[in-house]
Amino acid sequence: MNETSNKWIGQNTIRPDGADKVTGRAAYGADTTMPGMIWGSVLRSPHPHARIRSIDTSKAEALPGVKAVITAKDIVEFPLDKSVVLGIQDMRWMCRNVMAREKALFHGHPVAAVAATTEAIAAEACKLIDVDYEVLPWVIEIEDAIKPGAPLLHDFIQFEGKPSNIAGTLEHKLGDIDAGFAQADVVIERSFTTRPVHQGYIETHACLVSVSADGKTTIWSSSQGQFMVRAMTSLLTGLPQSSIRAIPAEIGGGFGGKTIVYLEPLATVLSKKSGRPVKMVMSREEVMRATGPTSGSMSTVKIGATKDGKIVAAQGTYYLQAGAFPGSPIRGAAGCAFAPYDIPNVISRGFDVVSNRSKVAAYRAPGAPIGAYAVECVLDEIAEALKIDPLDLRIQNAAREGTKAAHGPVYPRIGLLETMEAARAHPHYKAPLGKFQGRGVASGFWFNAGGESSAQVNITEDGNVVVTTGHPDIGGSRAAIANIAAELLGIDYRRVSVLIGDTATVGYSNLTGGSRVLFASAIVVTESAEQVIGQLKARAAKVWGISADAVVWENGEARPSGDHTGNFPTMTLAEIAAKASETGGPIGAGVQLNTTGAEGGFSTHICDVEVDVELGIVSVLRYTSFQDVGRAVHPAYVEGQIQGGAAQGIGWALNEEYIYNKDGKVDNPGFLDYRMPVCSDLPMLDAVMIEIPNPKHPQGVRGVGEVPLVPVMAAVANAVHSALGKRFYSLPMSPPKVLEGLDEGTLQAAE
Amino acid sequence: MAKLHVSTTINGEPTEFLCEANDSMLDVLRGPLGLTGSKEGCGSGDCGACSIMLDDRLVCSCLMLAAEAEDSDITTIEGMAVGEKLHPLQQKFLELAALQCGICTPGVLVASKALLERNLNPTETEVRYWLAGNLCRCTGYDKIVRAVLDTAAEMREAAQ
Ligand code: FES
Ligand code: FES
Repeated sequence: MNETSNKWIGQNTIRPDGADKVTGRAAYGADTTMPGMIWGSVLRSPHPHARIRSIDTSKAEALPGVKAVITAKDIVEFPLDKSVVLGIQDMRWMCRNVMAREKALFHGHPVAAVAATTEAIAAEACKLIDVDYEVLPWVIEIEDAIKPGAPLLHDFIQFEGKPSNIAGTLEHKLGDIDAGFAQADVVIERSFTTRPVHQGYIETHACLVSVSADGKTTIWSSSQGQFMVRAMTSLLTGLPQSSIRAIPAEIGGGFGGKTIVYLEPLATVLSKKSGRPVKMVMSREEVMRATGPTSGSMSTVKIGATKDGKIVAAQGTYYLQAGAFPGSPIRGAAGCAFAPYDIPNVISRGFDVVSNRSKVAAYRAPGAPIGAYAVECVLDEIAEALKIDPLDLRIQNAAREGTKAAHGPVYPRIGLLETMEAARAHPHYKAPLGKFQGRGVASGFWFNAGGESSAQVNITEDGNVVVTTGHPDIGGSRAAIANIAAELLGIDYRRVSVLIGDTATVGYSNLTGGSRVLFASAIVVTESAEQVIGQLKARAAKVWGISADAVVWENGEARPSGDHTGNFPTMTLAEIAAKASETGGPIGAGVQLNTTGAEGGFSTHICDVEVDVELGIVSVLRYTSFQDVGRAVHPAYVEGQIQGGAAQGIGWALNEEYIYNKDGKVDNPGFLDYRMPVCSDLPMLDAVMIEIPNPKHPQGVRGVGEVPLVPVMAAVANAVHSALGKRFYSLPMSPPKVLEGLDEGTLQAAE
Repeated sequence: MAKLHVSTTINGEPTEFLCEANDSMLDVLRGPLGLTGSKEGCGSGDCGACSIMLDDRLVCSCLMLAAEAEDSDITTIEGMAVGEKLHPLQQKFLELAALQCGICTPGVLVASKALLERNLNPTETEVRYWLAGNLCRCTGYDKIVRAVLDTAAEMREAAQ
């Protein structure tokens, strides 16, 4: 499909779900009710680490209005010695995360749940549950968790033959690291820390579940995948998948945090026990204590370069907090860290560290921003030491087609260099800076994913189009799908309605995650639409009494071609649809595939900051992201991904962090103290989209949702360094930390 | 304890409801009144997803007691469009893609309308500070701010 002929691809059309979302009609996770519905509530551990000796629920059960009480014994147990994996989750951990079994492993860990006729009674009943805890020593921070003699979370974890909190490791290796460093004229090694940060979706987790007497279960919930909800609920409750219909509510943000279940299995068991539909909605405090976040980290990066700026060796060591169960995103940190560069000798290692905090969940390019933060800061120091412009250093060493990355692949055509060159040529890079102002740059990489998707494209009897796909739409994907279907069928996009099917009405579709939704759904929608076009041509051929090969589809019409050109008047989609029953019945096609060819995403960012040296406040003055987006099918929503990623990264860099009190509890479990960027904190966020079409995709789509977050913390950190001449090696660069770092010497030098 | 009886006006309709003394306005809107357009992002006044107009004041309905609604005039997101006709802000948000997940959108729209009713010629900074109580995690606010500024410009033009 060539660019100039596109009518809808590349247009900022109005999203199909838009009117409902601006009028308050769209139904999110907490917005539905059912007749006879009752309320579920979770009792959570008051201790960061405790053995559960016994639980007595009798008093709660006796409270009038209480209809069911459950504990871990009501949830299917996956024994510790046998791994059962669903996607990237291990059900051994999932079953213990949704309900504490042998031990409570973090403050806020569910230990029991109640369903009652009102929320107030459910909450009251939780207080009547007696849990006999043996309180255990606990550990939160990585450095404490990996010390000899640290309290151990799990008996079964061994590292180097000894009991440990290091649950897993990963290593990527390329070339000969010692030989590489031996060639270097300058070697810089630095250590960094980052704090856990929450995805921060504004919609808290919510669901409504009804289990009928025959076990048929309907789940209404907000998640990043109704099929994941079905599968996990099935595994954790023992109900077969065929009995569960998971309906995707509109989702009020996820960023990876809604790729696992918390409430659905509990509500299912409560509904089964009580015989009533059960609704559960988390409070913000529960979200902050017991869901997400992403890992905190400790890392050391060492990079060596020759004096003319060629990077010859790089080594990264990343320790990531997994929370209560194994599974931190070390693959993203260690795998993506050096991926933007052509470096012959690399070792990148990740260590997965458990500690007594909530189990981490995916967060936008999980691990990759942590990896990039350390690498991109050290690269800045290399550029400074060699007196090379930081973008020139990156351009000189940029990965390109044919580069072998340490994490495995040899790159096909990628647009990284274009993002760097666009940044260097952009007016932002040359704009003047004032006192205590600075500019930083950074690049980043994310894998992107393909995977399973399904679509059904049906022609209605009046000649319009209904497209059903299986991925919850978080950021406008329905609009992009409408553009593609309209383009292929040659009709106005307003004639295409795009729906997200539930697990009973559309084929299996994997998570909305990995920046995969438009990449994968465009493939199945394209193939379905092509089959539909084939049917439309065949129907017209039948009416005309000619061979289907002699019919072309153009501008939403069938037209006879070749020898038959001009012999019959063209037939529109509506005309063919009106004759569908006589010509062979309903017109429609569905395609279900495991898509491949996603190819990674790259971006390069420029950030300007100003430091208020009296208050320690860092303000972002200007921010420009340059990203290879493949093909922007709906440019405004692609920009939106880029802008949203920048905002989240700015929060991560400057303010957001979990603060623990001396009892091992989160001290800031709300939006007042967990400070995400608000409107007045940010400038306009410029997005420069570079379109290097993905050769492996029908429309050239590359995933765009996650890489926008990857370079941000490094770009901000490099800008702060440029403003002050001083580098902070830990995030967030919050006002108290910045103030503490501003001694007289720094201030004078910066002036 | 007996429930409280409240008579009020919601989106122009005379409305009566029963509530507990400690029910928030948001609880009642989302529960018995079935007006789920107002969202609960925090329940503590920090996210603005529950924003409504109480007479001519912009308030967080999660921080307002339902009983305070007595004899007042409340407008929620459901009262913003007139029939099928979207408010210019709603239309502009759609055109400029100023929403992604859309959970913050009702609150942001109610707050933006309150701003434009006071000041139809706000600067970017004024928009940013006015909306500082409305968290959006998806958009980075860029398109929201542009949509408000553009709507203001169009409404000024239309008013001439
Ligand atoms: S729910 Fe009212 S301000 Fe967040
Ligand atoms: S659009 Fe998702 S929070 Fe604003």
